[in-house]
Amino acid sequence: MQHKVIDMQNVVIRFAGDSGDGMQLTGTLFADASALYGNEISTFPDYPAEIRAPQGTVSGVSGFQVHIGSGEVHTPGDFCDVLVAMNPAALKANAKWTKPTATIIIDIDAFDEAGIKRAGYATLDPFVELKIEDRNIIPSPITTLTKESLKESGLDNKSILRSKNMFTLGMCFFLFNRSLDHTYEYLEDKFKKKPKLIEANKKVLFDGFNYASNIHAIPNTYMVQPAPQEKGVYRNINGNQATAWGLLAASEKSGIPLFCGSYPITPATGILEELAIHKYLGVKTMQAEDEIAGICTAIGAAYAGNFAVTTTSGPGLSLKSEAMGLAMITELPLVIVDVQRGGPSTGIPTKTEQTDLAQALYGRNGECPIAVMAAHSPSHCFDAAFYAGKYAMEHMMPVILLTEGFLGNGSEPWKIPSMKDYPEIHPPIIDSCEGPYKPYHRDPETFVRKWALPGKAGLEHRVGGLEKNPDGVISSDPINHEKMCAARAEKVARMANFIPKQEVIGADKADVLVVGWGGTFGHLYSAVQQMRSEGKSVALAHFDYINPLPKNTAEVFARYKKIIVCELNSGQFVDYLRAKLPDFKYLQYNKVQGQPFIVKEIVDAVNNIL
Amino acid sequence: MAYTAQDFKSNQEVRWCPGCGDHAVLASIHRALPEVCEALGYTKERIVFVSGIGCSSRLPYYMNTFGFHGIHGRATAISTGMKVANPKLSIWQATGDGDALAIGGNHFIHAVRRNIDINIILFNNQIYGLTKGQYSPTSKLGTITKTSPYGTVENPFNPGALALGAGSTFFARGLDSEIKLTQEILVAAAKNDGTSIVEMLVNCVIFNDGAHATISDREYRADRTIILRHGEPMIFGKNNDKGLIFRNRKLEVVTIGQDGITVDDLLVHDANCKEVGIHNLLVNMKYPDYPVALGVIRNVKENTYDDNVRDQLKEVEAKSTIKCMDDLLHSGATWVVE
Repeated sequence: MQHKVIDMQNVVIRFAGDSGDGMQLTGTLFADASALYGNEISTFPDYPAEIRAPQGTVSGVSGFQVHIGSGEVHTPGDFCDVLVAMNPAALKANAKWTKPTATIIIDIDAFDEAGIKRAGYATLDPFVELKIEDRNIIPSPITTLTKESLKESGLDNKSILRSKNMFTLGMCFFLFNRSLDHTYEYLEDKFKKKPKLIEANKKVLFDGFNYASNIHAIPNTYMVQPAPQEKGVYRNINGNQATAWGLLAASEKSGIPLFCGSYPITPATGILEELAIHKYLGVKTMQAEDEIAGICTAIGAAYAGNFAVTTTSGPGLSLKSEAMGLAMITELPLVIVDVQRGGPSTGIPTKTEQTDLAQALYGRNGECPIAVMAAHSPSHCFDAAFYAGKYAMEHMMPVILLTEGFLGNGSEPWKIPSMKDYPEIHPPIIDSCEGPYKPYHRDPETFVRKWALPGKAGLEHRVGGLEKNPDGVISSDPINHEKMCAARAEKVARMANFIPKQEVIGADKADVLVVGWGGTFGHLYSAVQQMRSEGKSVALAHFDYINPLPKNTAEVFARYKKIIVCELNSGQFVDYLRAKLPDFKYLQYNKVQGQPFIVKEIVDAVNNIL
Repeated sequence: MAYTAQDFKSNQEVRWCPGCGDHAVLASIHRALPEVCEALGYTKERIVFVSGIGCSSRLPYYMNTFGFHGIHGRATAISTGMKVANPKLSIWQATGDGDALAIGGNHFIHAVRRNIDINIILFNNQIYGLTKGQYSPTSKLGTITKTSPYGTVENPFNPGALALGAGSTFFARGLDSEIKLTQEILVAAAKNDGTSIVEMLVNCVIFNDGAHATISDREYRADRTIILRHGEPMIFGKNNDKGLIFRNRKLEVVTIGQDGITVDDLLVHDANCKEVGIHNLLVNMKYPDYPVALGVIRNVKENTYDDNVRDQLKEVEAKSTIKCMDDLLHSGATWVVE
């Protein structure tokens, strides 16, 4: 049948099903195909902590949202234009994220009485109950058609049912005029050793595509044209992968081998997994026996002359606290990556938050300031990790890099940089010294000490957790202790002389300055741009460097009438700003729901104070 | 150049209590290292002493080598990272019964399991000394201390049994006052590629005086301990007339000359035997039923973690076409925007 093709600038699609339904893969394949086509994209996996929660229940629903656009895309989108719901529970959990104009594709086979009851509906009419009966609902017998499609495949029933997601993906490819080629290539690579599965999956995908083209329920298809993009070679990257690659890049630029000691923890594990793949670049990864061993092996590696890293999430950062103090007082380079998740304690491990900032800034015994940086988008994790490594090695100190589950798991197209555009890294390693080596003698400008590696004759020395005098001799002298604490703090403070100035997006002077940090950048940027296009006097200062703050921070704040600090916690950055720069009045907008901001709520919050 | 003990002594004042068993172990270390360097071709700068927290963990300050004084319980993890980062280093760890077996127990068993090439000297005085006298995981059942005024109600670890249970390739036991024996053990530990555990029975004159007196007292030491040496019969006693045999599925103490027993009937120590059964029996021997075993009890060759790490890196590096970051950045699915 004939379909009208409608051009759209932006489309948000949400795939939702049981956590075993393969929705993360379906979403990823759709995103990849769109990125290859030239769309701007941003993705947001929203999955439960359980690997296989009870089937058909709301707690087991796994979702993956993709935002594709022919213009700039900075968030995974607030509400979706298309929702794919593989069962009644998926519909129930996600209906609230659909636009009033949304198309909803459901597997009608799953909407039997048992399925509806299992999802906890009060009635047998989910659409009325959810007040979405006026959405464009496309009930499709996805299970039946998948079985039909594969009845001669020779696959067992379980494998056949597992291919339902490919049928759905085929339907979506038709709906958005996407080629199947990319997914074909993926399947050929993935099932290299199982040709039967290649053929089966390709067939289901193709049948889903054809089914969508034949039904009357889909009168229109949609076209999202390629976005105008800078020339270059692109790839998709998620935040955890980008973090791992940024660390590898810092290792290459410094010529110092990379060591990563970590313990698996959601949502940070991807970094350790990614680094483990690239052992051929010389990276030594060690899956330690616990979080503490993760950081302590890293500290040992740093002492021995490696670029040492440990990666974790909030609970792991808590466990590493004492050892972070050790890295700080021994003044060894170390990058600690915290992919933040919902806390406290185990909290909501698969959901995103910015609630570890206070822990990163203050969570240690004694006077123990540590440099804190943050990444602001999945691909920015590369630069953030690179510079965390650069500052750690050049300034001989631990650096905490905060990312978020939202960034670690989220992906976006990334124009591949060239390593020649990144600066060299020069750690202060010495080969010899006159007289005995004194570990805490400092560069008068930077307060940085020298790095003397075991194995080099004449540099024998001892460092450790006990307070020392500048010569490296144990000292509990009161004045020495105060001086050493001050010197270590001053070294961190002087990193401000090396980091970029804080930039502002929008006018130099305006009524409201929106202030944010970390993974909320996309939402805050989209909100501010939208308001500016409406003629509102708003600008955005988004911080990548938190401790120390950029040197011009006060000068920036002074140019705006009102400052509103927006963050996914109860006000940890704003508290820090109030302590550091008390001359300004700060308003705040906070959310602690384990979910990213939506653009609209930021716009509303800012409008309220304009 | 040949080193002497003097080369390994630092200029720091040793601050252990007078009469502490740690002094003797330190002296043994100072004396053993020249021989270690000679035997293995090490230069002094390759040697690193690592420690955690506790009396014995002050040791790195008393060594004129590289040193790292860590935090409580974590020295094993720190040593592990150091060795992986630079396998050329000769890593020595000083730790105590609390540091290694209580707060650091997890790191201890995992180091042993991995068989990373480090030498762990475990100073076992069966007490927390630096915190002034609380019971430790090796304190005997019923020990009265400040935190167990009515006696402990928990069983102690036997560090040897724990190590062997975790898959140890090298376990030796020394006695603080037996400086020559300790020296011999330390050289053997250094020669073993893998995690070498050296349990040193040390006295704490202040909080647990006579910790090991029942076996260490000069008067009956020879009768209550047995020094095991690979290839030699298991013989002990003041008059060298006692020995160990294996009968009825257990070890048995016999007297040479009684019941027709001769030296030839005694067990011959095989420290290199991979089968752990007899080593287990030996580490578990307790006075008064048996003499306590000293010397190198187990010394077997297995692959080390650090070697495996190195070999795997080489292997994957040789196979990979990705040689640098720019290669990696352009690997996999990419597309061009013209």
